[in-house]
Amino acid sequence: MKRLIIAAIVIISMSVLSACAENGSSEEKTTRVIAAGSTSVHPYVEILVEEYRFLYPNHIVGIQGGGSSAGIRAVRNEIAEIGMLSRSLTEEEQDLWSVEIALDGLAIIIHPDNPVDNLSIQQVRDIYTRSITNWSEVGGHDARIHIIAREEGSGTRGAFQELVMADEFISQRAVVQNSNGAIRQLVSGNRDTIGFISLGLAEPQPGMSDVKALSLGGVAPTQKNVLSGEYELFRAFLFVSAKEPEPGSPTRHFIDFVLSDEGQEILMAEGLISIRGRVNDEED
Amino acid sequence: MMKKIREKLSGGVFFTLALSTISALVIITVFIFVSGMPLIAEVGLFSFTFGMNWSPGQGQFGIFPMIVGTVSVTLGAALIGIPVGICCSIFMAEFAPAPMRTVFRPAIQLLAGIPSVVYGFWGMIFIVPAISNHFGGLGMSILAGSVVLGIMILPTIISISEVSIIAQPRTYKEGALALGMTHWQTILRVQLPAAKSGIVAGVILGIGRAVGETMVVIMVLGNAVALPESILDSVRTLTTNIGIEMSYASGQHQQALFATGIVLFVIIMILNITAQIITRKKVK
Repeated sequence: MKRLIIAAIVIISMSVLSACAENGSSEEKTTRVIAAGSTSVHPYVEILVEEYRFLYPNHIVGIQGGGSSAGIRAVRNEIAEIGMLSRSLTEEEQDLWSVEIALDGLAIIIHPDNPVDNLSIQQVRDIYTRSITNWSEVGGHDARIHIIAREEGSGTRGAFQELVMADEFISQRAVVQNSNGAIRQLVSGNRDTIGFISLGLAEPQPGMSDVKALSLGGVAPTQKNVLSGEYELFRAFLFVSAKEPEPGSPTRHFIDFVLSDEGQEILMAEGLISIRGRVNDEED
Repeated sequence: MMKKIREKLSGGVFFTLALSTISALVIITVFIFVSGMPLIAEVGLFSFTFGMNWSPGQGQFGIFPMIVGTVSVTLGAALIGIPVGICCSIFMAEFAPAPMRTVFRPAIQLLAGIPSVVYGFWGMIFIVPAISNHFGGLGMSILAGSVVLGIMILPTIISISEVSIIAQPRTYKEGALALGMTHWQTILRVQLPAAKSGIVAGVILGIGRAVGETMVVIMVLGNAVALPESILDSVRTLTTNIGIEMSYASGQHQQALFATGIVLFVIIMILNITAQIITRKKVK
């Protein structure tokens, strides 16, 4: 028994030693960065990481969902280097370092068979406060409107609250689903529903029934209209970090990649809006 | 000598392991109460349990609509599950020929083995659209939840009830039959009353399962935080409130979810203790 233990200790220490030696001698060390947070940002970062892994095999980026607030928690507890946020920082979070990685439009979606194509923001607000409860009041068929919302605390709900609802609140009667996908699924399956999801996820997707993204005040929800500022419903996706990542650090390396032309093109292709287009915009 | 040590040692090991299960219970209980109590203390137990408004973003924490949601869905599930379950257990104990029993019993056990997410998925794809097509509305409703949960609690009710019917002394049945009672009269007047405590315990445990179920109800209830007006309305249960909002919750919101857990914990505890008291009476 004793001999076994000694043998085990020897083997373990040898392998640890050799691992150290290996690390020291190799030209480029393997680095590890963990990004955690918003489930809205998660799928896009996943695609970025795929490309990143291909370009820089030694730089490993792990991604975790959990929600925007979980991302903040993870950064604060030093579980993750990068927090992914689909909402802006709250007052208590201002001490964190943050960078916008892309803009995401917020699409108001309905069933494709619903004759309504356009609503004003006021109408959307009235629908969500249940001042308007029948589609015929906004030019549709005579049917009760079923409103669908994200859960309390979600970044997407926060953006909708801020951009559409202003001082009013989403009715408690709203059906609540906890992901973009679930809302899309529900809306595509029922003619009388209305919901809101990330614009990139509202486009036709292989293997899924379509949904119709409404024009707001006559402005179609397109990337171009978000960039020009005509389509008003959009929010920024943020990366946050406990402090500004130092130049040359693995975290910085990944963020630089995301903000590079290449990274931004990937995000554009997935339906997000590059922040580069907004650089000239005077508003922000 | 060696043998003695080994005997003692094994006893100690088993004791430690047994202790760890108990301590897990203690740790979880303490953790839930410590995390949730500050919020209940701040909001007040009464306005927390009977508050009508749940919007953590605005600092409003009232879970009464969810208590109503839990009670209504559980009642619905009980209405469906109890009659079917008890009839099924009588059939299995009294009427079913032996070969049929050998098919029925494993089939019912299999029903208990289906993961709840599969029940939920089935409910979402099959029950919810069926309700929507036949009764109108969104389909995500108390009715949908009751149907799926009603089926889910069947195995619990059936197996416990069946055992308690079979466990009756043969003399009860023989005596009743000898006195000229028909088979049905014997079941109704003698065997069922004698097995009452076991059946009630089975029902209570089944209800406990319905109250605690989370995944299924997230998928088919729609999760709206409002008092329901009909069984076709969407509701949220206590479990769903935690399940759907935990990923984005932080600070007070998170405490409020733990506080929801306390209320749930107390309800389940009451149910389980009641079941135990009833079954213990039977032994005496």
